[in-house]
This record gives sequence, structure tokens and C-alpha cells, in this order.
Amino acid sequence: MTLIGELALWVALLMAVWATMASYAGGYYHRGDLIESGTRAIYATFAMVVLASIGLWTALLTKDYSLEYVAGHISTNMPSAYIFTAFWSGQQGSLLFWELILSMYATVALLTSRRRSPELIPWAAGTLGAILVFFLATNAFKANPFVRLDWLPVDGKGMNPQLQSPGMAIHPPNLYLGYVATAVPFAFAVAALITRKMDTDWLAIVRRWALVSWFFLTIGIVLGMWWAYVELGWGGYWAWDPVENSSFLPWLSGTAFLHSIMIQEKRGMLRKWNVVLVVVSFLLAIFGTFLTRSGVVESVHSFAQSPVGTWFATFFFICLAVTIYLVATRLRDLEARAELESMISREAAFLYNNLLLCGIAFAILWGTLFPVISEWVRGTKITVGPPFFNTVNVPLGLLLLALTGVGPLIAWRRASVSNLKRQFLVPAIAGVVVLVALALSGMRAGYALIAYGLCGFVATTIFQEFRKGVSARRHIHGEGFAAAFVHLIARNRRRYGGYVVHAGIVMLFAAFAGLAFKTQHDVSLLAGQAYEVRDPYGHNWKFVSQGTSMSETLNRITMGVSLETWRDGKRVGLITSEKRQYLDSQKNPLFQPSTEVGIMTTPKLDTYVVLAGVAQNDQAELSITFNPLVMWVWIGGFVMMIGGLIVMWPQAERRRAQAGYTSVMLPAREIAAEVPAGV
Amino acid sequence: MKPRTKFLIGGGLVLGVAVYLMATSIAQTGTYYLTPTELTAKLDTDPSFRSTGVRVGARVVPGSIQRAPGGEEYAFRVTDGARTLPVIYRGIAPDTFTDSVDVVVEGRMGTDGTFRATTLLAKCASRYESAPTRPKYQQTPGYQAARGATHA
Repeated sequence: MTLIGELALWVALLMAVWATMASYAGGYYHRGDLIESGTRAIYATFAMVVLASIGLWTALLTKDYSLEYVAGHISTNMPSAYIFTAFWSGQQGSLLFWELILSMYATVALLTSRRRSPELIPWAAGTLGAILVFFLATNAFKANPFVRLDWLPVDGKGMNPQLQSPGMAIHPPNLYLGYVATAVPFAFAVAALITRKMDTDWLAIVRRWALVSWFFLTIGIVLGMWWAYVELGWGGYWAWDPVENSSFLPWLSGTAFLHSIMIQEKRGMLRKWNVVLVVVSFLLAIFGTFLTRSGVVESVHSFAQSPVGTWFATFFFICLAVTIYLVATRLRDLEARAELESMISREAAFLYNNLLLCGIAFAILWGTLFPVISEWVRGTKITVGPPFFNTVNVPLGLLLLALTGVGPLIAWRRASVSNLKRQFLVPAIAGVVVLVALALSGMRAGYALIAYGLCGFVATTIFQEFRKGVSARRHIHGEGFAAAFVHLIARNRRRYGGYVVHAGIVMLFAAFAGLAFKTQHDVSLLAGQAYEVRDPYGHNWKFVSQGTSMSETLNRITMGVSLETWRDGKRVGLITSEKRQYLDSQKNPLFQPSTEVGIMTTPKLDTYVVLAGVAQNDQAELSITFNPLVMWVWIGGFVMMIGGLIVMWPQAERRRAQAGYTSVMLPAREIAAEVPAGV
Repeated sequence: MKPRTKFLIGGGLVLGVAVYLMATSIAQTGTYYLTPTELTAKLDTDPSFRSTGVRVGARVVPGSIQRAPGGEEYAFRVTDGARTLPVIYRGIAPDTFTDSVDVVVEGRMGTDGTFRATTLLAKCASRYESAPTRPKYQQTPGYQAARGATHA
């Protein structure tokens, strides 16, 4: 099966080469037979990549240690679930995983859009084929997962214990699903630029795939945060590490695109800008993949340095050059069909939203690359850390949060005073009330106060929208509360799904603001000793060490300590933190010891205990962190995912035709008020 | 004034503030990232550099890690091959901190020539992967010769 797998990888490469040549040639000479052949070659590439993947999975699950990849990534005594996920835990396998997703996406995208946009198909298929050629060639020539060792190891080297976690099993696939999905809008953007056809069907395809990318990137990033929080044991979930940043960048540009595309749909504006965003998202995804694999930037979680770096850099610059040429030669086709009419309008709000998202992305890119840039310019490496990213991004992020409340409610074209008053009076009061209440209760951190005030404002705007919509439905259709609520969302998925996403964003911002109040304490405790401390809310905590223990299980030796925990004199439970040493089947230690964090979670506060080590006479060295509101990061992420699902859920054709924008549910006087004066 | 111009002015303001924040925070929080050799060279030419916080990337000298009894103080040496630097670090060391790993220490050079680190980051050359290595006995010339004879 491994032999078939390797063969399939090479055949896939040939198929992708054919797909590219046949599609482009067919598009150029308008030859239907070549176009058909090229599209089919994409499907064949997908089939071959599936076969190659089955080959690698078979080698892993049958523990064929003659393969370098298998011997390097698993060991006999590992749980099978992680043997399965070892497929994407290394350089070679994860490249194959990229191709698996990309060829699948390409197949689905071509199948679903060939009838509606036949002129775009050859160019999109050719571009997708070209991307596949690059990845398959890199995989086959530079990082082949089927390379054999000239000796047979008794056992493999196992998987890093930090990767043996459910979070790590599902975080990379989601991130890859998100990264790779940027290739489809890119391919269709290239196709539209070449054919100069940028109609509503094109918009629909690009928007759908941008949404898929955004959805999976969101899940991937939040899972990555969760994994870092529970697995790495440094007390936080985001460190502005280059690898984290590189997953965040395409998310930011994708988010900007999902907003600005609405302006193009409604008003025919921002046509150049949207193409640029599509291209930038793809380039950032390639750049992120390059960054994680090349060793260009120092990161605590990069892959081993490898020769694929130069290949990725070359590919990146080719894509950049081609798209710059295409956009530059087609500027006239991309002229806007309308102009901005007023600064107090939805268009302006969305423009600022885009400006901020791109500003944040640029600042993050700049900070990530600053060591490289400063070495070029001044000859010495200068690194910037979390203080840089926070100084720049906190104010920009807060402005963005404010726009989250303004954008969806302000009128198109030109907002009237009555529109502003009707939509924003109550939310603004709510925001100020939250701010004042918190300030009076003793909160003194400036940015946090502003953040909670804005959270109050945005949350109220969302609540107000749902309340208005539900009561209108109950009024018109005589539905009950629950039915009205469900129908409201179901009939206007884009709008109300968007609000659900925004609700998730509010929760995230509330949680981020909680970071301002995080406290950490380093403690050494003998068995029976107690440590008393106050948390950020002013509660009194007491931790009593129950002593250290040691145990041996299947593939690890575990050293642990338990703390009996009391809050305000009431016992709240036991927190256990462990240090684990993983072993191979011959009991040899594998990797460095790893930490299992003890976390006690409540909606208000996480109590986070890390066993740093055990000194002589069994004294446990601990780090105890009070992390306010962390739970809301995970809840917020989940809410965003649900919102994304609502927006993405396919609507039946008939319904889509019926569902006008807001007209279905708003009573007549509301509609009259929505339409600006003079129209 | 046209709304477009107004928007551009507003956008320019926002971007201006962002660039200002970036520039000032790089000036305030940017840290030199040096090797022990570069750090020594800098200190030789400019002794006042001692008061500047820097990050030093180097490898831990095997066997040099000493842990103060009971406390959380580590004394160790790092090297880039040419220069070796003694380091003292107080705090919790990461799991990956052992002999011969690449570390990044952040702190200041003391007057006694010892580097006082406030943060310690350790990284494996390949953190998530470890290449399979031949058992010792298989690396001997005798084994290779015998293997060559049977497999040729």
C-alpha cells in the first residue's frame, strides 16, 4: 500500500500538470474538449491524492517503521487516535494533507460552479491546478513522506507529548481547511481578471469560499488558543508568536473581505479593493505556511528547518507578480459604479472597518517580520514582543469593536438624524451605564473600562435588532416567541447569522479585557503547607498541598501534586497539576518532560495551577495564576462558529428568490424610515 | 468637501495614529537580539550598552545547569561556539530547558560579567519532530561492513 501511495503521489503531480496545461490552453483557444479534459484531470488529481493519503495512513496504522516519516512521528505504545493524527504532525505529511484538502476543494468548487459560470472554469481550474502542481512537486521532490530508511528501527520516535492532546488533533486540520480555502477565491479572482467577467455569480462563488475559509480559520485559531492554554502551561492563550500571527493574518483579511463584499453587492463600489483582498488572503495563507516551515523567523513552534523554504518563497513571489500584472492591466474594468455619498453611512462604516482590519494586519505583519527587516536595514536583529502588538492593536481593536455596533445599523448612503437616534440612542446609553457602573465599582484600567463600555453598546445593538425583528414577526404572522425567533434567523441567515458572529466577538473582547486583571504567584509548598492569596475580584483563596505523588502508566511516568482549594473559607475542590515524562516501548525517555495544567474554571475566573518542578524533600514548586473571564474566549469562539454556520447554511433556491433584504419582516413604517429622504 | 476626501482624511488620521503607535512602541520595547559574540563586541565598543535590555540566543553548555537548592534560581552557561556567557535566571524554567538546547534569554549584562535573565525561552532544534537515529551498535564500522556484505 505504501508503494501504491508513493506512485499515486507522482501520478497526482502529472495529473495536476495536465490539468493546468489543458485548462489554460482550452481557455485560451476556446477548445471545449481541452477544458473538459483539464477539469477531469483535477478530479483525477483528487483521486490520486486520496490514494496517496490512504497509503500514508496505512503505513502509520500498520506501524511500518521502514518509512522515515512513520519512524519519526509515532511509536508502538501510542494511542491509535494519535497515530492517525500523526498524518499531519510533520512537514511531509502535512503537505500531503494540504493537497488532499486543496484537491477536494478544487473538485467541489468546479462541480458546483461549472454550470453557472462556464467562462471562468478553465482559468479557475488551471490556477487551482498550478497551485496543486507547486504543492505536489514540493512534496514529491523536497519532502517526500514515503522516503525509506536503509535500516529498520525497532520502534519509532513517538509524538511530542504536547501534540498528544485532543485540541492538537483537531486544531491543525481546521487551520488547514481555512488556509487552503483561500485558494479557491484566488483562483476565481484570477479567472475573473483574465476573462474580465466579474458578475454576481462570481461574487457568489468567491463569497461562499471566503466564508468557508473564515469559518475554519476561526475554529482553528480558537482551538489553537485553547490548546496553548491547557497544554503549554504558561498561563495564557495568545503570545503573539510568529506562527500564531501567521494564522491570524489571513483571518483579518478574510474578515475585511466578507464586509467589503457587501458594499460591492449593494452599491458596486470597492471592486478593485475586493480583488486585492482575495489575493492578499491567499498570499498571506501561503506566507503563513512558508513562515512555519522555513525557519526564517524564530518561533517556539516552528517545524524543523527545511529546504522547502526557498520553494515557498519562489511560489509566493510568482503569485504576487502574476496578480499585480493582472490587476494593473485591468484597472479600467474594475472601476467603481458608485461613489461614497456621506461619511455618516453604512458604506463609510464598512470602509473604516476595512481600514482598521488591514491596519491591524499590517501592524502584526510588521512586528512579526521586524527581526528580519531590522537585520536587513541596520545589521542587527531587533525583536518586538507582546508590548508592541498590544500597544498598537488594543486601540485599533477597540475602534473596530465600536464599528461592530455601528456598521450593521446605520443607514446606507446617508444616515438621517432620526435613523441615528432610533438605532443608537438606547445602545449608547447602555454603554455609558456599563462604563460608569464599572468605574464606580472601582475598576481603574482605562482600556478595560472602554472595552466593557463598548461591549455594552454593541451587545445592546444586537439585542435591539433581534427584539425588533421578533416583535415584528409576532405582530405580522402571529407567531409565538420561539417560532418568531427561529423564523427570523432562518429567513435572513446572512443578516442574523452575522449578528450572532458579532455577539461572539463581544464575548471575546470582554474576555480579552479581563487579561488586564490577571495575576500570577510563584509558590513553593511542602506537603500540608498552605498558601493564601487574594484573587482580582477580592476573594480570599487558600491552597493546601496534599503532597507529591508518582505513578507509571502505559507510555509515561507522571509526577503530580494536588492542592486542596478553599475560597472565602469554603472548600471548592481539588486542583491537580502533573509533570509527565513520556517513554517509548523500551522505557527510554522521549522528549522533554511535559506539564499538565490544573485548571478550575468558573464563568468569572480560571484558577490555573502549574507544577514547575519538585525540589529536594518533595517541595512542590508551583505557579498559580488567576485568569479572569477566560471561559468567554471559548464560548465566544463557539458562538462565532454557530453564527458562521447560520450564514453558510445553503438556502433552497426558491426561498432565496423570495427572501428580500429586510422587507419580509419589517412593518411598513420601519421600511419607510429605512429609506433615506429624497429617494 | 467631497465625502471621499473626508474619508481619506479620516483614514489618513487613523493610519497616522497606527504608524505613530508602531514607531514609538518599537523604540520603547524593541530589544536587540544578539549572539554572545555580538553582545561582547557591543559592550567593548560601548560600555553604556550594559544598561540596555537585550535578548541573547545561544546553546546551553552541557552539564553547566546548576539549580539553587530549594529555590527557583538557575545558573548556567550558554555559548555560540566562539564565546561563552554565564547566566543567572530566577523563575520557572520551561519543560524544554535541558543541556544542549537552544535558548533565548532576555535581561541585562551585570557588571560582574554574568547575564541576569528575566525570561528564559527554550526551543528544540526541532520541537515537534525527532528524526530516527540508528542504534549505537549499528553505527560502528564493523556493522556497516557486515551489512554492506549482505545487502550489496
